[in-house]
Amino acid sequence: MITALLVMAGLALVLGATLGAASVLFKTQGDPLVDKIDAILPQTQCGQCGYPGCKPYATAIAGGDADINQCPPGGDEGVRKLADLLGREYKPLNAEHGVEKPKSVAVIDEATCIGCTLCIQACPVDAIVGAAKQMHTIVGDLCTGCELCVPPCPADCIDMVPVTETVESWKWRYPVFELKVQPATLPAKEAA
Amino acid sequence: MLNKLFSFNGGVKPDPNKSASTREPIARLALPPQLVIPLHQHIGGTPRPLVTVGSTVLGGQRIGAPDGNVSSAVHAPTSGRVVAIEPRPMPHASGLSSPAVVIEPDGLDTAIEREPFDWHAAAPGEIRDFLRDAGVVGLGGAVFPSHLKLNPGKSGHTDTLVINGAECEPFITCDDMLMRTEPENILRGALIMQRMLAAKQVLVALEDNKPEAATALKAAARALGNASLEVVVVPTRYPAGGAKQLIRVLTGIEVPHGSRSTDFGVQCFNVATALAVWRALEHGEALTRRIVTVAGNVERPRNFDVAIGTPISHLFAAAGLKPDTDKLIMGGPMMGIPLPNIDAPVVKATNCLLASSPTLFAPPEPELPCIRCGECARACPADLQPFELYWHSRARNFGRAQEYKLFDCIECGCCAYVCPSHIPLVDYYRYAKSEIWARERDKDAADSARERFEFRNWRADREKEEKAAKLAARNAAKPAVKPADGPAPAADVAPAAAEDPKKALIEAAMARARAQKEAVAAKNTDALTPAQKAQIDAAEERRKRASELSGSDAPTE
Ligand code: SF4
Ligand code: SF4
Ligand code: SF4
Ligand code: SF4
Repeated sequence: MITALLVMAGLALVLGATLGAASVLFKTQGDPLVDKIDAILPQTQCGQCGYPGCKPYATAIAGGDADINQCPPGGDEGVRKLADLLGREYKPLNAEHGVEKPKSVAVIDEATCIGCTLCIQACPVDAIVGAAKQMHTIVGDLCTGCELCVPPCPADCIDMVPVTETVESWKWRYPVFELKVQPATLPAKEAA
Repeated sequence: MLNKLFSFNGGVKPDPNKSASTREPIARLALPPQLVIPLHQHIGGTPRPLVTVGSTVLGGQRIGAPDGNVSSAVHAPTSGRVVAIEPRPMPHASGLSSPAVVIEPDGLDTAIEREPFDWHAAAPGEIRDFLRDAGVVGLGGAVFPSHLKLNPGKSGHTDTLVINGAECEPFITCDDMLMRTEPENILRGALIMQRMLAAKQVLVALEDNKPEAATALKAAARALGNASLEVVVVPTRYPAGGAKQLIRVLTGIEVPHGSRSTDFGVQCFNVATALAVWRALEHGEALTRRIVTVAGNVERPRNFDVAIGTPISHLFAAAGLKPDTDKLIMGGPMMGIPLPNIDAPVVKATNCLLASSPTLFAPPEPELPCIRCGECARACPADLQPFELYWHSRARNFGRAQEYKLFDCIECGCCAYVCPSHIPLVDYYRYAKSEIWARERDKDAADSARERFEFRNWRADREKEEKAAKLAARNAAKPAVKPADGPAPAADVAPAAAEDPKKALIEAAMARARAQKEAVAAKNTDALTPAQKAQIDAAEERRKRASELSGSDAPTE
């Protein structure tokens, strides 16, 4: 009788543990990985990676359909972070998808804008405001610099202007002389 | 009565160098030909300009309105004309520019009529609003809006109000001179603060190297005859004037990582702030002037009472800047920041302007590797391990640096002062802190972009669905229309039969037009912040002007 009880109790324990482990395992394999990758991506939503936005690219990476070096706005640091998260080998940015550029924001030449709304439809983050046949303007704080609004503009009035430093965004410089050989080894640590 | 003082760990005793600038009384500096008043001089939102180019202003007139509650107003120090509102170089290590109101004084110094304010009868909330609109911020250097700190919070009372006159940093003597000159008004300001905070006791603390100020304050305290107010002289040891350090010396309370002194019933203000509160409430005076020590490599080191917005060059001219000066510093030699631009204005945070020369401050010796001697940890008043912070900041390992409580570092410079390897430790901490802030900003921007992107996708999906539904409705309507459509004249043959399908047709067309209109009209103009709205309005304004300029040939499409 007691042995039977023990066997049953033991069985219950083992099954419970397996279930628990399975739930933990399945959790790490589901959406959270996509979210973790998505958290590293810059959310510029420019599509240079070949996917219609950062989240689809994150899904593709998680599914093994895309490589980790296809996002130019994320740059070298982004690739390193992804390599680190996924335990993969770092590789330089794939030039096919574009090159890393300093962050810019779009500026509409308000005198030339004809109010056609084509840029509004192109902007993935609703950073352009305006109505039909009225001048449009870009809300600088919201613009991610994806450049998607530039080609559709028939009046060619959108310029990408690099973001300049302000007193608020200025950073103290690294205190020692930057050695040219060092950056190759240092950022690896930084990603850790 | 306080009968026991405590002590903080670490600290150093640098040469005070304070006697040179305390020989002469405070001098009121004449107005410069132009005042440059930055709109953003405090922690919090940037004030909105209330004047336009060409308008005339009076002394004490508000020229910048606080942006929200975590902000503070900005005022014209004298009467004159606004000649520009544009970015001007700031007294900041970057040397970059920020929006400022440029005023040309008319020399009459006409003051605005002061709004009478009976603070005795006012509710605490009203007093706080008044102080915010009077531009009162912490004058010890942190420039945190004072009205936010003058709130007893949930508990409704405070144990101890500390008025900080320690002024521990070498060369700086502006608070010392202020305590000697206006001890009564400082204490009166402290008593108003005590009332607002419902504080049980007020401790006015200063270092024992300021005997004149201590005597003056004690005499003033006796004259006021308030038993809850006490002047406490603390031992001179840098950085005794750090808020956490001073609180520890006075009360023994050790404010742990991640908490604030208010969690322990202690609130701390600088002496000059107490005076500013008094002047604002009793005389309706906005904060438009402050005392600035000019010291170091100058002929006549002295304290000046200057209008905020005065170019720094004007002060150095008055004190006689020596020609072999190689560097200018705002603040003291321990915590000050390099000033790349001598034409930048004095701001509310400017307590000291220090000229350095190779003889006064020897150029830094070459940095050697850290030998892990632990001297820095013994000197650190914040009980940190500076060599660990250094190690991880240097390796750009910011996460680890934060684990070692990088943000508890007050950048006092004690560690660098004692380091035998001459490592500019604080430079590494500043670098690491600003990198971490930049990353946080990037992350916030990415999060907001993600949200907006997802919202847009959701909206696009919804619109698609709506369109599909309408299409389906139209298709459903079509078969009924067809027979009426086919033979054209049949329409008037059976008008009654056609009535219903016709209605459906018109409705479908109208719905289509509506949908189109909706798709075309920007739907992202709602839920904007006031700043964004202002941006849009400004753009519309420009557009209007542009079309006015180009007259009838303005594009109308
Ligand atoms: S390239 Fe990068 S930023 Fe652009 S959509 Fe792809 S993941 Fe996002
Ligand atoms: S405004 Fe242009 S560049 Fe900026 S986010 Fe929108 S589409 Fe991209
Ligand atoms: S004092 Fe300097 S050398 Fe000594 S442990 Fe600290 S950083 Fe290293
Ligand atoms: S600068 Fe920071 S780490 Fe160095 S002694 Fe001061 S508080 Fe400690």
